[in-house]
Amino acid sequence: MLSMTLKRMMVALPSLVGVVIVTFVLTRALPGDPAAYFAGPAATKEAIDQIRSKLGLDKPLPTQFVHYVWDLARGDLGQSLSTGQPVATEIRTRLPASAELTLVGLLVSMTIAVPLGILAATRPGSIVDHTCRVVATAGVSLPVFFTGLILAYVFYYLLGLSPAPLGRLDIFYSAPPRVTGLYLIDSAFARDWEVFAASLKQLILPAATLGIFSLAPIARMTRASMLAVLVSDFVRTARASGLSPFTVVFTYAFRNAMLPVITTLGMVFSFLLGANVLVEKVFAWPGIGSYAVEALIASDFAPVQGFVLTMAAMYVMLNLLIDILYGLIDPRVRIEA
Amino acid sequence: MTASAAVAVDAPAAAAAVLAAAKAERARGTGLTVTLAHARYVLAENPVTAFAFGLFALIVLAALIGPLITAYDPLASDTASALKPPSARHWFGTDQLGRDIFSRVVIATQLDLFIAIASVALVFLMGGLAGLAAGYFGGWTERIVSRIADTVMAFPLFVLAMGIVAALGNTVQNIILATAIVNFPLYARVARAEANVRREAGFVQAARLSGNGELRILLGHILPNIMPIMIVQMSLTMGYAILNAAGLSFIGLGVRPPTPEWGIMVAEGAAFMVSGEWWIAFFPGAALMVAVFCFNLLGDGLRDIVDPQRRT
Repeated sequence: MLSMTLKRMMVALPSLVGVVIVTFVLTRALPGDPAAYFAGPAATKEAIDQIRSKLGLDKPLPTQFVHYVWDLARGDLGQSLSTGQPVATEIRTRLPASAELTLVGLLVSMTIAVPLGILAATRPGSIVDHTCRVVATAGVSLPVFFTGLILAYVFYYLLGLSPAPLGRLDIFYSAPPRVTGLYLIDSAFARDWEVFAASLKQLILPAATLGIFSLAPIARMTRASMLAVLVSDFVRTARASGLSPFTVVFTYAFRNAMLPVITTLGMVFSFLLGANVLVEKVFAWPGIGSYAVEALIASDFAPVQGFVLTMAAMYVMLNLLIDILYGLIDPRVRIEA
Repeated sequence: MTASAAVAVDAPAAAAAVLAAAKAERARGTGLTVTLAHARYVLAENPVTAFAFGLFALIVLAALIGPLITAYDPLASDTASALKPPSARHWFGTDQLGRDIFSRVVIATQLDLFIAIASVALVFLMGGLAGLAAGYFGGWTERIVSRIADTVMAFPLFVLAMGIVAALGNTVQNIILATAIVNFPLYARVARAEANVRREAGFVQAARLSGNGELRILLGHILPNIMPIMIVQMSLTMGYAILNAAGLSFIGLGVRPPTPEWGIMVAEGAAFMVSGEWWIAFFPGAALMVAVFCFNLLGDGLRDIVDPQRRT
């Protein structure tokens, strides 16, 4: 098991190297003067030159790359021009907000998509099956920022059921003492159920928006792999042995059908992390996505670069985690590896 | 054909099979007529695909003659009639500057469709040809192309597109380029797999034997054979391309106001959504949704037409 995990990590390594190279290339080797970029539009010639030597941009590219990697290794992502704060600190404080949103979004979409896919597969051609197909196609066709706005309009403006779509917590509440940075968990630790309820209320709409968007691949995959498993020999044997339909579907078929679904989680995370940026903008969510968007508008490149790097590193890690999880669940993969 | 005739036991089905066989016999004249007949069959069989084709025609029409059918200038503001809900005069209402939203939504079709088509064409040239070469030549070409595709895949796609546009500069061209780059792995993989299974095919060996150069075989013999599959791929990614471009302009990249574009119009209307003026963001968002939905359906439909498994 350990050797397999190590092997998987070695596979993730080239991806990480690729990510570092691409983010480096994006800042340095492209048209335009990065020093002028970093100095901002109103900088004088001297200021640009100063920044150039400060950033080491007057040195040859390979040297610059070594410096870049060295800075990264120390956790230094540069400084934001507009706030003057180190990018790494800012990302670290904002990351839990994004993580909470993404994870709850994934939870929402799993709790809807998996049962939907199973129902569709056990009753092919039925209304549930057609609903599943329509929901899956509509889900990928809906622009995620549009869904978010519609939800905010309906549940905040029309029905008044949810709080204003502005941030993680209503201004009347103060944030729970920081343990994990995830408000739901922190407030539960502090046994502050009022804050828990308040942050949950803020979280529902953006998480549902993300959930709707990532529903489609999970539902589709669950349906397809359940269909494939339900016609397999071992399910036929289980049925012939007189096991109840419930046992057959859940104990036998479902556990096997979940394996391909876990593999699609990689793609789902690509969706989720990208859509996160848009959802954070719609709901004024103080995560790393809105940090990057604010920086983009101010032409402040260092936060954007830090954001792209963080997201990509997280994505590579998540894929690694999925791979390892897959090996834990399915012993056959372990033997092959 | 014989297999399907053998299983048809009841008389009407057998008769239909004979008729179909005769029809196929007549249609065998050219490949094109067969394809057209098959397309007609698929459209009749699957009304959803026919609907998607109709929708597609409508979108293209809006892009082509949009300026002729809209009553208002999409850029002309009229503060006297700002923030008016949909009415007979302004079908989709007016925005905060009094611009007619219907005109803006229709005119925007042109730009959104252009971005999508341009980026898909670009990724076909980059990813399709790179994948083709990788699958045909193998070796180092394959290793390099796969490595590039893997590196792109290591990023969440939208995030990479953001980074590219932020670094290269905030223009429509860069949105097109970024959308093309994030789709690169998809095209490269499909083209590589398709070229790989054909590299030793009979017709390729025949072409080689008659003295054709490698490049000529690749572009003149293999490429036309994988085109149907690539076209399906293109229409499937078209919806994603539109979503990606609109998402980028929603966060303020690429297209700038006051240019009418669906993503930026939704962004402009976003602030008014929570104060009840829903129509500003709703109609461009709905247009976006319809366009993406249409391309997704179209892609599925085209796959049915092209997919050799469904072609008997």
